[in-house]
Amino acid sequence: MDYFAQQLINGLVLGSIYGLIAIGYTMVYGIVGMINFAHGDIFMIGGFIALISFLILVSIGLTAVPVILLIVLLVSMAITALYGWTVERIAYRPLRHSFRLAPMLSAIGMSFVLTNYSQVAQGARVKPVPPIITGGHTLHEGAEGFVVQLSNVQIVVVITTIVLLLLFTWLVSRTRLGRDMRACEQDQTMAALLGVDVDRTISMTFVIGAALAAVAGMMYLLYYGLVDFFMGFVAGIKAFTAAVLGGIGSLPGAMLGGLAIGLIETFWSAYFSVEYKDVAAFSILIVVLIFLPTGLLGRPEIEKV
Amino acid sequence: MGAAAILKKAFLSALVALGLFSLMVGIRTEAGPTGQLIYWTRFNELAGLVAAVFVGSIAVELFRRWLGPRGGTAVLIPPVVGRGMALAGQFLAPALLIFTLLVPVIFYNQRYILDLAILVLTYVMLGWGLNVVVGLAGLLDLGYVAFYAVGAYSYGLLSTTFDLSFWVCLPLAGILAAFWGVLLGFPVLRLRGDYLAIVTLAFGEIIRLVILNWQSLTGGPNGISGIPRPSLFGIPLTPGPDGLAAKLGIPFSPTHRIVLLFYLILALALLTNWVTIRLRRLPIGRAWEALREDEVACRALGINTTTTKLTAFATGAMFGGFAGAFFATRQGFISPESFTFQESALVLAIVVLGGMGSQLGVALAALAMIGGFELFRGLETYRMLVFGLAMVLLMIWRPRGIIGHRAPTVYLQKSEAISSDLVQEGHG
Repeated sequence: MDYFAQQLINGLVLGSIYGLIAIGYTMVYGIVGMINFAHGDIFMIGGFIALISFLILVSIGLTAVPVILLIVLLVSMAITALYGWTVERIAYRPLRHSFRLAPMLSAIGMSFVLTNYSQVAQGARVKPVPPIITGGHTLHEGAEGFVVQLSNVQIVVVITTIVLLLLFTWLVSRTRLGRDMRACEQDQTMAALLGVDVDRTISMTFVIGAALAAVAGMMYLLYYGLVDFFMGFVAGIKAFTAAVLGGIGSLPGAMLGGLAIGLIETFWSAYFSVEYKDVAAFSILIVVLIFLPTGLLGRPEIEKV
Repeated sequence: MGAAAILKKAFLSALVALGLFSLMVGIRTEAGPTGQLIYWTRFNELAGLVAAVFVGSIAVELFRRWLGPRGGTAVLIPPVVGRGMALAGQFLAPALLIFTLLVPVIFYNQRYILDLAILVLTYVMLGWGLNVVVGLAGLLDLGYVAFYAVGAYSYGLLSTTFDLSFWVCLPLAGILAAFWGVLLGFPVLRLRGDYLAIVTLAFGEIIRLVILNWQSLTGGPNGISGIPRPSLFGIPLTPGPDGLAAKLGIPFSPTHRIVLLFYLILALALLTNWVTIRLRRLPIGRAWEALREDEVACRALGINTTTTKLTAFATGAMFGGFAGAFFATRQGFISPESFTFQESALVLAIVVLGGMGSQLGVALAALAMIGGFELFRGLETYRMLVFGLAMVLLMIWRPRGIIGHRAPTVYLQKSEAISSDLVQEGHG
């Protein structure tokens, strides 16, 4: 039971990270109807920028951990958002009215560009950092000596996720920008006729998605203590699975899907085999698409001829 | 747009570039001697990149103005040249085929060129195989490498475990790959477009991960080594008295095997091409092309989309399996490293570059792509960067492919008068 509780905590933390990435997929899919294949790599870039800014802040002698974390968060969100904006501007906007597969292929190309760009710029080796947030709390000490731990990093990850999720839910449901986004999602032509700047709204969607991916990248760095140039690929597919599982186009769905994938992966590793955890996640993607194509909270897609 | 506006745009681009590259290029991190991360600055490179973006932005803008509002390639390629190219295109395919047949004769002593030619032909075959799925049936398959892997491991395992010869294993590899193609096809029947792409990608990764982790069967990351080389219908190409060289009474040379491999893959590729061309004229091929254009209309016309999709997957997978068996016998060693997503993307890029559906286009695209890869061999890490950029630019510039185009096999012989009224009014 204690082992189960510990895995539950680990799974929820991992799931929060997946959920943050999944939101980027789901928002972009909702508004332009394409899988932003490069989104996993945006997450990876976010991790790298968090790492580099963290190194700089430490080396100039800053010691207050909350201040460091806040600055790193803001810097990586800002720069990664710029990456999201640039990717959309270069690779997707010219193809908005092209044939169906063109944006997808362009996105695959962009994913290769980003992966290899960071390999060229920062080297191929894994970059480890010492634990930034240390310590934790013992929740329960079992009879057999198994200890259920809740580390401070895990608390930070979960709280940051919840705060950001609330912030962005507010943004989408209450602000002008959010209203524009929902309008573009329903009907771009009509939205444009009513004075919504469609190009700008789509750009902002990518910016927000990338900023959330940057947060996920930073949380990944804090939690696992390493980044490498290839981590975006698998994380990206899993987050996409999460978005599909939750119902693509739905923000709470993406978070729910993320938590589900995180839990499944953690429990699979804990009770079955670590080697096949990715196989489990990918199989779930296939199974969900067969039996539940609209996901948990999604709306069915009706095709009109 | 005046000079001031161009400068302003270039300045903004440079500013964005500064933001993008500031930390990623300006700072370089690496694990130091003690394992602690250290960093150093690279402001020269950063400044160079930003300047390059500034100049590049001006150049692109000037180029656009020079092209004029019509844009596109119409300005770059005058119609006369276009017609000339179309005429040359008719003779290109036979000329290319004759040249390919003569390659081992011309380059007999140049091992490097023969090896490269075999590699190009392998990708031509993979491209033609994937072309059935993507180009003809319009199903975006990002996991094609899975069938390549199934073919390679089928031959590798069957030949090393049961001592079966290459010629027995080749059809078996094709059948097994086709079986996996149907297995993948079933669950994804209802999916379209992007969803289909991501599921096939996941499928490809699952196959790779299973091969990587099922150590007792596949040898895991160590792969399978000592896969037998092909024989010429039972006559081995060895220096011994039973070998082909001794029987023909000529001195033995290791190049004989390379030449055999060359003609083997050429025959397999031509088989793929021939079957595809024949299938296109059969009802099933017509159904594939109809499916690509409009699935709903297909159903309305009574085409069974289930069998149509499954046969497309199975046919494409079968050719992938053949190519995989060839790969295994050529290398003599296979490991999961050869079957990554990058391979799938490369084959897909060849099909897209070739114009999705055009057989000649795919062959030329494979030549250009693999040849280009060889040119950049010295720049190992920049290679994939250039590849990705090329893919993005290609999609923006000509999303329908550079070399070929997908012409419908069936079309109306003469236009009906009834539609011309509408065309004149501007509705057409």
